[in-house]
Formats: sequence, structure tokens, C-alpha cells
Amino acid sequence: MINELAVISGKGGTGKSSITAAFATISENRVVLADCDVDAANLHIIMEPEIEFTEVYISGEKAKIDHQICKNCGVCQDYCRFDAITFTEGKYSIDEISCDGCKLCERVCPVKAISMEKSDKSRMHSGNFRNGKMVYGRLEPGEENSGKLVAMVRNRCREIAGQEQIDTILIDSPPGIGCAVISSISGVNYVLIVTEPSMSALSDLERTLQLLEGFSLEKGVAINKHDLSPELTERIIDFCNSKGVGIVGKIPFNPEVVEAMINSKSIVEWNPLSNVSKEIVKIWENITK
Amino acid sequence: MFKIAVASGKGGTGKTFVSTNLYQTFIEYGINAVLTDCDAEEPNAASFFKTELIESKQVTQKVPQIDSSKCLFCGKCQDWCAYNAILIIKERGLSRVMEELCHGCGACSVACENGAITEKEMLLGEVINFSDNSGCKIVEGRLKVGVYTPVPVLKRAINSTYADLAIFDSPPGTSCPFIHTVNASDYVILVTEPTPFGLNDLKLSVEILQKMGRPFSVIINRAGLGNRVVHDYLKRENIELIMEIPFDKEIASAYSKGKLAVSGRPLLAAKFSSLARKLTDKIGGIAL
Ligand code: SF4
Ligand code: SF4
Ligand code: SF4
Ligand code: SF4
Repeated sequence: MINELAVISGKGGTGKSSITAAFATISENRVVLADCDVDAANLHIIMEPEIEFTEVYISGEKAKIDHQICKNCGVCQDYCRFDAITFTEGKYSIDEISCDGCKLCERVCPVKAISMEKSDKSRMHSGNFRNGKMVYGRLEPGEENSGKLVAMVRNRCREIAGQEQIDTILIDSPPGIGCAVISSISGVNYVLIVTEPSMSALSDLERTLQLLEGFSLEKGVAINKHDLSPELTERIIDFCNSKGVGIVGKIPFNPEVVEAMINSKSIVEWNPLSNVSKEIVKIWENITK
Repeated sequence: MFKIAVASGKGGTGKTFVSTNLYQTFIEYGINAVLTDCDAEEPNAASFFKTELIESKQVTQKVPQIDSSKCLFCGKCQDWCAYNAILIIKERGLSRVMEELCHGCGACSVACENGAITEKEMLLGEVINFSDNSGCKIVEGRLKVGVYTPVPVLKRAINSTYADLAIFDSPPGTSCPFIHTVNASDYVILVTEPTPFGLNDLKLSVEILQKMGRPFSVIINRAGLGNRVVHDYLKRENIELIMEIPFDKEIASAYSKGKLAVSGRPLLAAKFSSLARKLTDKIGGIAL
């Protein structure tokens, strides 16, 4: 059976990717690593994967008006609900940023002056890294539907895990609570929520747990850089207790984590004896036993 | 109104730290400013201020409902829906709208020739107006948990902002929520960290801002906790480094407790004053 494990955090910058990188390099057993933070994929910087395949991801479509055919009737503008059709300098045009790709204008234009163009600049890469296989998505800036790209990354990971007989898939989830996050955790065996001791992180944690309520998933919370504020660490622990969510570990703040990143290593590779590495190993054993 | 977006390719670089302290600095200079939290998925700028709730407006979107007594199960609405939000199975007499996938584009209503589709409002989130005791305003977009995109909520938050100067605490990343925020602003400040992760994300943001033709500059936060890759990159690309904030455990700890770091820290406050001055020089029309 394949074991899928997602590492999430409501807010970015909690150290989620550094922790995922450490997990990916702890065990001798190979893993399939999925960087699902398709908006700001970072793990490849530490893992330096050798890319075997690159695929095109179609994130959506945008409307385009052919001004040779357009009769300037304005019907399309009346129908568009995204305020994406503007009338300037005597002609109607599509504002690419606002266009949602719904195709309604294409359907209602009486002279068929509108066609849809595919947004095909996003990519999905897969390949080898030093402890297994890695898949990561790269959403072209400004494109949407990151949830679908996340799903595509996860499907590819399952395929690879099957072919290579690897039984662990590790997922680095995107920040937030939107469709991309939902897509990165649906159907996983375990969700590790990484948080840090700050008021903002606490309020994000509340929203993350609210989101997770809709899924019956096994989960636990790790508090990163817990010693930066013992007071807030206590509050987070109390909050988790009140929600019945277990604390699986408390990781201390240590600048060595950044040093490791600069040297393209995970913290457990860079210094297996550091207090951070020891705690991460403990968490890993805890959640995979 | 001049609008400044404070953004960063990834979360947690200190975007909210910069926008809240910059807002406070402008307020102390007596500027009529508003702080708009556009990170509707995880809003928390308002929590740094003593605020009073003024009003909360619901943001809704239209979703179709199908009257099965009028529906002929022809499937045209399903064909016209670009988001797979409608499922029609004639054999089973099934017509279903998956509301969580619906973007409210209205195509299905236009498609249906049998008058079987009407629309109702669905809640996406809210835009909350707060005031602080100096009379200035904080606006927050707050997405309802489980809604597919924050864009309609953050657009509404941006549009309910009136002041001489607006600061947008932008959503993280470089996808549509970020683009919509930046598109509505006149100037962008990118906050990054001096690490390889920070550099990677910064490059993506820079690429898109250059494409959009927005003027911008960069703040390096937690300077000292990394290496010189970001500095070297900025120099090479001739990008303005408008401020550096050194890493300081004490500042991090104050921030983590939800306190404004400029209060009671003259050195940091001076840095933010100098940032505010540099920004007003760029803006024109606003004097400190
Ligand atoms: S495709 Fe839809 S959103 Fe885009 S311009 Fe046409 S009607 Fe508007
Ligand atoms: S509906 Fe067609 S013809 Fe009319 S303005 Fe739009 S593109 Fe031009
Ligand atoms: S287009 Fe109208 S009649 Fe046809 S399936 Fe849809 S709702 Fe029913
Ligand atoms: S309003 Fe648009 S997105 Fe929603 S169901 Fe109808 S066609 Fe689909």
C-alpha cells in the first residue's frame, strides 16, 4: 500500500518546505516527493532533481477578439460577468487578467469574432533526486486552476510510486485554504500541520483546522521555532488540545536550517546531530509508525 | 488615491510585518491612509491594531438552480459550462449543480431554452471595515472556508477602499490573487528573504511585474540570516533595494505576539520613516 503524507501550514514561511525536505532525506527508503506548492515551488532548490520528463499543463483559456471580424456591437460586454471586456479607442478588447475563460462571449458573439486561446505556459516536471523520485509543478505567473495542477502532480506521483515500488509519497502543500490546498490533501493518509508561535499563525491554524474538519483525515501539529515565543507556543498547545488535535513535536529555532538550505542540503543531511534534526527525526518516527 | 501593494512570492517573508508598520508610520505622519488586507485566505493585518468593527459586507456570487419540473434534460447547460459544474443525466432524471465548482459566469442561464434555470446568491466571504482610534481605516477581505478562489472577495475589498493613500497587504504567490492585487495598485514593494528560497520566489515576482510594467522595489527582511544571493541579484538586475530589516529575535518575538514592531523601537521606526519618505518622493502629491 502507498502511504501518502501531506505537510501543510496555513501561512507560508513556517518552515514547511525545510521540514518536508528533511523528511525526504531521513530514511534509507526511497520516497516520491511532490512539491504541490505550484505557485512558488522551492524544494527543487534543495533537492536538485535531474529532470526526466516535462509536460505542458493547460491551466485554462482566455478569450480573444478578432478585430477584422468584430462589428463593435458590444453584446459580448453585456454578457461578461467578470468585467473583462473593455471599450477603448473605439474597439472592444479582452482584459486578459480579468478574463475567467468562461467562453460565454464566444458563444454569444453574433459574428463569431471571438475565439478562445489556451494558456499553455505552465509545466510539470518529474525526475530523480538523491533519495527517490520527485515531481513538481510550475504554474505560469498569473494563471489559475492551481488545484488541477496539484491533482496532476499527485496522480503522476502515484503512477511513479507504483512503477518504482516506492511506498511513501511526501507532499509539500501550498499555503492558504483554497482549492490548491484542498486538492493537495484529499485522500492522503496523514496531514502534518506546521505552525509557528505567532498570533497570525494561530489565527491561520484555526482556519486550517476548520478546513480539515470537512475531511476525516488523521492529523497532527508540529510547532516550528517554538522557542521564539514560549508564551504563544503554550497558547497553540492549549488551542490544539481544545480541538482534540495532537502536538507531534516542537522544533527549536536554529539558523543552521538556513545554512543547510544555502548549501542545497536538508537539515538532517547538513547536521544530523543538530537539535532540529533530532526533533524532526522523532516526529517522522512518530507519524510513520 | 495612490495605491501601494506589499507583496512577496512566498508567504511568511514579512509582508504583513512591512505593511502594518508602514501603515502605522504614515498614520503617525498624519496621512489619511487605509490598510487593506487582500490576503483573503489568511487575513490577519487587522489583529495588529486596536480596532473597532464598523461594518461587514457580504460578498456573494450567483449560482444557478435548476427547476426539475421545467428541465428537459437536454444537456445544453452542461455543454456550456466551462467549469464542469453541472451534471445532467437524462436516463436518471438527474440535473445537479455543483456549487463549489461554479464560477457564476451565467452561461448556463443563457444556454437553457426552457426557462428551467434561475439564479440565487451564494456567500463567498465578507469585506470587513475597521477603524482605529486615529480615525483611519483598515479593510479586510475574508474568504469563507472552502470557497475555491479569493479573487471576488479581494477585488471587493480593494474597491471599498477610500483614502489619500492605500496600502494593500497582498496575497502570497504569483497566481491570480496576487495579479489582481498588483493590477489595482500603482506601486509594488516586494518583500523577500536573503536565502535561495527567497531569491527563487523573488525572481518569479520580478518577472511578472516587469511584464505588467509596474514600478517596484525590494525589501530584504531578516538580513543576516542567509547569504548574499539576493543582494547580488538586485545589483546585477539594477533593482532598487529600498530597505533592509536585520534579523532580530526580539523584533520577531514582538511581532509574534501581535504587536507593532515600530512602537517603542526608535531605530526601526526611523527605518520605516525613511521608507515612507522614499515612497512619498515617488508618489508626489503627498508630503510628510
Ligand atoms: S471568456 Fe468569459 S470571462 Fe472571458 S471575456 Fe469572455 S465572457 Fe468574459
Ligand atoms: S459580440 Fe462580437 S461583434 Fe459584438 S463587440 Fe463583441 S466581439 Fe465584436
Ligand atoms: S439546458 Fe435547461 S432544459 Fe436543458 S438540461 Fe439544462 S436546465 Fe435542463
Ligand atoms: S454559472 Fe457558469 S460556472 Fe456556474 S454552473 Fe452555470 S455555466 Fe457553470
